[in-house]
Amino acid sequence: MSELDELYQEIILDHNKNPRNFHKMEDANHMADGYNPLCGDKVTVYLHLDGDVVSDISFDGKGCAISTASASLMTETIKGKTLDEVKTMFESFHDLVTGRKDPMKCEVCVGKLKVLAGVRQFPMRVKCATLCWHTLKAAIESNEDEFVTTE
Amino acid sequence: MVTAENALSIKEWNRSASELDAYKLRDDFPILKRWVHGKPLVYLDNAASSQKPQAVIDAIEKVYTDSYSNIHRGVHALSQECTSAYEEAREKVQNFLNAAHSKEIIFVRNATEAINLVVSSYGRTNLSRGDEIVISAMEHHANIVPWQILCQQTGAVLRVAPMTDEGELQLDEYKKLLNDKTRFVSIVHISNALGTINPIRDIIAAAHDRGVPVLIDGAQSAPHTSIDVQELDCDFFVFSGHKLYGPSGIGVLYGKTEFLDSMPPYQGGGDMISYVSFEKTLYNDLPYKFEAGTPHIAGAIGLGAAIDYLTSIGLDSIAAYEQELLEYATRALAEIPEVRIIGAAKEKAAVISFLIGDIHPHDVGTILDQQGVAIRTGHHCAQPIMDRFGIPATARASLAFYNTREEIDALIAGIKKVIEVFG
Repeated sequence: MSELDELYQEIILDHNKNPRNFHKMEDANHMADGYNPLCGDKVTVYLHLDGDVVSDISFDGKGCAISTASASLMTETIKGKTLDEVKTMFESFHDLVTGRKDPMKCEVCVGKLKVLAGVRQFPMRVKCATLCWHTLKAAIESNEDEFVTTE
Repeated sequence: MVTAENALSIKEWNRSASELDAYKLRDDFPILKRWVHGKPLVYLDNAASSQKPQAVIDAIEKVYTDSYSNIHRGVHALSQECTSAYEEAREKVQNFLNAAHSKEIIFVRNATEAINLVVSSYGRTNLSRGDEIVISAMEHHANIVPWQILCQQTGAVLRVAPMTDEGELQLDEYKKLLNDKTRFVSIVHISNALGTINPIRDIIAAAHDRGVPVLIDGAQSAPHTSIDVQELDCDFFVFSGHKLYGPSGIGVLYGKTEFLDSMPPYQGGGDMISYVSFEKTLYNDLPYKFEAGTPHIAGAIGLGAAIDYLTSIGLDSIAAYEQELLEYATRALAEIPEVRIIGAAKEKAAVISFLIGDIHPHDVGTILDQQGVAIRTGHHCAQPIMDRFGIPATARASLAFYNTREEIDALIAGIKKVIEVFG
């Protein structure tokens, strides 16, 4: 598989074309906007937290295929997870797309997010894949402080 | 806009293009020989920064190898040689812009710094609450943000002349914005995001009718068309060296003597003074009053070499060739149904912003890069333009005289690959 094919896998193109949980959430109790000034991408992440459980999550905005697919996959993956699990997943995902750790090790932790591993070959695109996660973190921190900052 | 009726035939193309031999000129640019991702580099990001001919690289190397020293300070041979070379570069810029005096040429870092100099020095001295500054809807952030900062500091008001859906300035609306409160007009000559060539003669004349000074942002025009600041009668003109095939970190502010003389220094330091004591300091004469500290000496000399190089080709030949290449590229892009070109001004430079269906420009940029084709994607430091057209970003191919029809063909092939990947 060429680097390009690895980046634009079928599942990524599918999530770009038909993003999941792509809507504004009226009863969100946490939300945040994320911008990538480099490319003008904008994403808004809406959360409904019940205690420390992500009971619902959605997003909207405009972005490239990588950022849209990453946000779509993120919402699917973390729905129902606890904030501790979300934090661990973000760390593993970050390691996966930056190439900081062996992808095989990260893949176990991140589940289907592993389709985004191809991003590691494209350093300029890492921010596209992580924008939604940084925004999620900001949303969690938006009016409560149960999420521990790790960066 | 190129149509079948007015498009050049290949035969006409070959004849007119033969005046400037891009294939031969390419040999002057070592970097154009390199490969990227296993493909020959196709460099179509010239509006962001252009590549450097060997003559510029040699000139910089010569400074550091033969005669480098600080300027305007030493009595020794190296300092004299280096000072001469630096001041010769200033005269080259003077001739390039046809400025009346070499002291009207101020070396700065880039067009951005030149605008900031005018904003800080002229703006803070002459503008106050309620005064108005007029810019256009197609400015680069460098000609928006400094004025916004000035407005915050002084209470002055920024007025924006609108543009049409084609990306042309609405001249009548611009003229309506000029009033008794207008104190300054600052307008881009050629839009970096749309390629629009603004009617700066009319813009300048209308402002001058009301006694309002005008700054022209020539970052995109100086490398691609001949400039005569006396004929234009602009009060300030700014450009960057790095877009003009010269080094980065060097740029130029041209200002009429009457303005520069009346303006306070932008920065204080060495070289900009004639006498310093703790009680009182006398400022140096033009242009040194605005060149505090050791400047980018090799950069200025490299810029001089770039100007010599461009002058030897001829700006008119460059403009004519790039215009033909623009028409060739526009016609080829128009044949792809998924492609939508943003910016269709009648007077347009060789900058093509485009979208491919609803594919995000970032994805376009990555896939083209894999084919060796370098373009810019994003908002091009002109977010208000993107907002005007209701789009987050564009892909942008910006051409130079060393680009060829074969490179346009590579761009087209790359775009077809993008469409294939995204189905």
